[in-house]
Amino acid sequence: MSAATEIVRLTVNGDRQEVGVPTHFTLLETLRYALGLTGSKQGCDKGDCGACTVILDGEPTLSCITPVWEAEGRTVTTVEGLASREAPHPLQDAFDLNGAAQCGFCTPGILCSAAALLERTGDPTREQIKEALAGNLCRCTGYTKIYDAVEAAAAAMQNGASVGGASG
Amino acid sequence: MSNNGRKIKSDWNLIGTPMRKVEGLDKSTGRALYTDDLVFPGMLHGKILRSPHPHARIVSIDTSSAEALDGVHGVVTGQDMPTTYGIIPWTPDEYPLCVDRVRYVGDGVAAVAAVDEDTALRALELIEVEYEELPAFFDPFEALEADGSTPYVHEPKKADWNGNVTKKVHLEFGEVDELMDGSDAVVEGEYFFEGSTHTAIEPHCAIGLWQAGGGFQRQDGESSGKLTVWSATQVPHYLHRELARVLEVDQAHVRVLQPLVGGAFGGKSEPFDLEFCVAKLSMITGRPVKILYTREEVFYAHRGRHPFHMKYRTGATAAGKLTSVDAEIVLDGGAYASFGLVTTYYAGQLLCAPYEMPAYRFDSTRVYTNKPACGPKRGHGSVQPRFAFEVQIDKLSERLDLDPIEFRRLNFIGSNTRTINELRVTSNGFMECLESVERESAWKDRFRKLPFGCGLGVAGSTYITGTNYPIYPNDMPQSGVQMQVDRSGRVAVFSGASEIGQGCDSMVAYIAAEELGVPLDYVRVLRGDTDFTPVDLGAYSSRVTFMVGNAAIDAARKLRGMVQEAVAEEWDVKPGEVLLAGGLALWAPDTERQMHVKEAFNLAEAKFGTLGSTGSYNTPKDVHGEYRGATIGASPAYSFTAHVAEVEVDVETGIVDVKKIWVAHDCGRALNPVLVEGQMEGSAYMGFGEALMEEQVFKDAEHGRAGLHDAPSLLDYRIPTSLDTPELQSLIVESIDPEGPYGAKEAGEGPLHPSIPAIANAIYDAVGVRMDRLPFSPPNVWRALEAAREADTLRKPILNPGAGAPTSTPELVPGD
Repeated sequence: MSAATEIVRLTVNGDRQEVGVPTHFTLLETLRYALGLTGSKQGCDKGDCGACTVILDGEPTLSCITPVWEAEGRTVTTVEGLASREAPHPLQDAFDLNGAAQCGFCTPGILCSAAALLERTGDPTREQIKEALAGNLCRCTGYTKIYDAVEAAAAAMQNGASVGGASG
Repeated sequence: MSNNGRKIKSDWNLIGTPMRKVEGLDKSTGRALYTDDLVFPGMLHGKILRSPHPHARIVSIDTSSAEALDGVHGVVTGQDMPTTYGIIPWTPDEYPLCVDRVRYVGDGVAAVAAVDEDTALRALELIEVEYEELPAFFDPFEALEADGSTPYVHEPKKADWNGNVTKKVHLEFGEVDELMDGSDAVVEGEYFFEGSTHTAIEPHCAIGLWQAGGGFQRQDGESSGKLTVWSATQVPHYLHRELARVLEVDQAHVRVLQPLVGGAFGGKSEPFDLEFCVAKLSMITGRPVKILYTREEVFYAHRGRHPFHMKYRTGATAAGKLTSVDAEIVLDGGAYASFGLVTTYYAGQLLCAPYEMPAYRFDSTRVYTNKPACGPKRGHGSVQPRFAFEVQIDKLSERLDLDPIEFRRLNFIGSNTRTINELRVTSNGFMECLESVERESAWKDRFRKLPFGCGLGVAGSTYITGTNYPIYPNDMPQSGVQMQVDRSGRVAVFSGASEIGQGCDSMVAYIAAEELGVPLDYVRVLRGDTDFTPVDLGAYSSRVTFMVGNAAIDAARKLRGMVQEAVAEEWDVKPGEVLLAGGLALWAPDTERQMHVKEAFNLAEAKFGTLGSTGSYNTPKDVHGEYRGATIGASPAYSFTAHVAEVEVDVETGIVDVKKIWVAHDCGRALNPVLVEGQMEGSAYMGFGEALMEEQVFKDAEHGRAGLHDAPSLLDYRIPTSLDTPELQSLIVESIDPEGPYGAKEAGEGPLHPSIPAIANAIYDAVGVRMDRLPFSPPNVWRALEAAREADTLRKPILNPGAGAPTSTPELVPGD
């Protein structure tokens, strides 16, 4: 209640934000509570499950263990920022098409890890996909459909599918 | 809109094809809303104070300092809700918050609502609870031997019972002892199935909103109000009933909403303390109250898989026919009954297929201990005995020098038959499942022929497609669906089914689109709200596709009949000649004659008035015997599964590398093969995790606080990551069930069962070591390897491996 607050400036999904939050807030709390971006999930609040993963200056980052001041002046992309105005990100479409999201709770974090991977590596091997997603727990799928979806999205992007959104 | 020249099949147009999920894009764009994503004006945040003791009397609770803290709006204790509840109506043994006694480390004793979580947490620290510690029971066998000199976990259920017993079941079918004595081979084994938990990635969360007044009255005429609870539950209907009962609000004034649920697996299938607390705190404060469990609290709430201590004797003839099965099982239940009455029956009742058993006896006892309560986890009560039994079969096959797949074929129970415990079995695709995994794994070329350290194992199983009876006895339908069509061509489906990620909202949409001929994106599914959806009992026991699916077909066909009749009248043809498919109404004899479904719906609305229908499903009642307990395990249909697992065992470290699991499952018919495969892969994955990694362990007095959960986090309680998970290959088998929707049965739980025994049997093939205790973790496997080395029972290396062996031969063990 009486916790000290601070003003944090950061760019989220292309919007420059200036937001007052308690000094102990994490990036996840800032996104969910102060900015209303509830796409990023809290599964453990300890950095164990990966559901809170966002892309911070191009790197997949666990927002639940990132103090918000670490994001000061930096660029954040969340699951809400992956799509363009015209179309979902090829990953988002591929996840839908391939049944890669069952309950969907880990999906936002997995999409951010996968999007960062595809930024680095356009045509990843299955081993590279597994390694990129090793910090994201999924309890529904057994991961198989997720790999299929990431591969399908990579293929679509190689074939020219556009990546809009704040990360593109 | 055209059908793009697509041939109208006599069969189904959508059913059986890969389709998107109705909420798929919402989930991949972050738009999907889960309970914790909801925020209401003036919302308070609640926290629950939990017991640090495994067993203690509550002497006193002083909440005055907490109530005085700035920002705190309400505090409740057990005295504010002194009514017991429980998911099974015969065993209500929990209070929303403990009234006089705490029974495990983590039991809730008080709850606060404050302006934010930090304030609520500070308030918890100000609550003073005086406890009188009591001796606690952690071991089920010690609990069974208790003489009452110290308090039992609960009061005895019967006068001559130990109060630590939840339930005892003893059932016997056929001449067990005679047939066992006459067997050519008898295998005896003792097994331990380690408990495990669900770890849905979404923690439990609930929001309560009490609206006082407004003319709402209780049945006794007292002024009341309206209670709304949003919850990540998989049983909104049962939650609705228990909230009304415990909080003394008329059921008609209780509304339960279920936002999308972020995984459940049985872990959200009964009411939990937070749902009562948010409701009561809102009634006290007049403001919406949210409680979100921490991950640690999820481990305390638990209701996961029971640890089972099992003894089996299994007999067979020299020709490999099972003769007799005798089982003795002790279930470690934890502090409360939960679904335990059912679990105690399931421990024995669900073993009687897919193999013919001439005689069977089981003795099953569930025991209370001072640990988090166990309950239903995916494959409720039947995964543990299945592990033991399928390993028993492997041992018998070896004893009789029979191929274990062949042994299973020899004992196949068949279709359209009854099990020894009188359960009706209809469709049965188990033989096709065996054939699929045998073929795909190149079993015949590789079993018993791989180099030392590498092995294959097989296992089979069956599972219910829904329980035949609801949890509270009644004659009403198990599932209902309501549908309406509008003038734009859209179909609205009102479904009470619980979407927990398995795809049931999509399933009803597929059925509506199939039956009414509209494109899938013309269907809207309105869901998760007890105020306006018909009752469905919940997402448990793999009941939803079968029961809700049949109800949806019932509703849709009533509407279809009206539309066909109206179009037939317009065209002056017979109603049966009107097809609805691909967004069109078509005349079957000449499909060039067609109209958009929107026009067809408009004709029907003009003829019949506003178009809506309801559909119901109830189970057949002649599917089980008459003995006490005969209804438990009864189901309108059974699914069947077979797995082959391939492993590589590092004999130096005990590390088991599961290379691949072939998963063949008879789901009746795959309404959407993508979703069925997802269930099969997810099940096999979860079984793999239980087999190799997961342990529900508690500290003892020497290593910390006795009864404290040893690993209540997703780091320390190890579930498989992408790097741990083996390759999984789904092999769908369709037996087309005569009563299932389009022939469908379940796919969500059955395919978990064989993973564990298939891996155990593969380890034996690899190194000659039997793993009769879970998990097959490196220390456990290493110890078993050491023991085998000493006893010289380690498998002898095959110097000329057969075909299909890996190219890199693992090193042989020194001295071997």
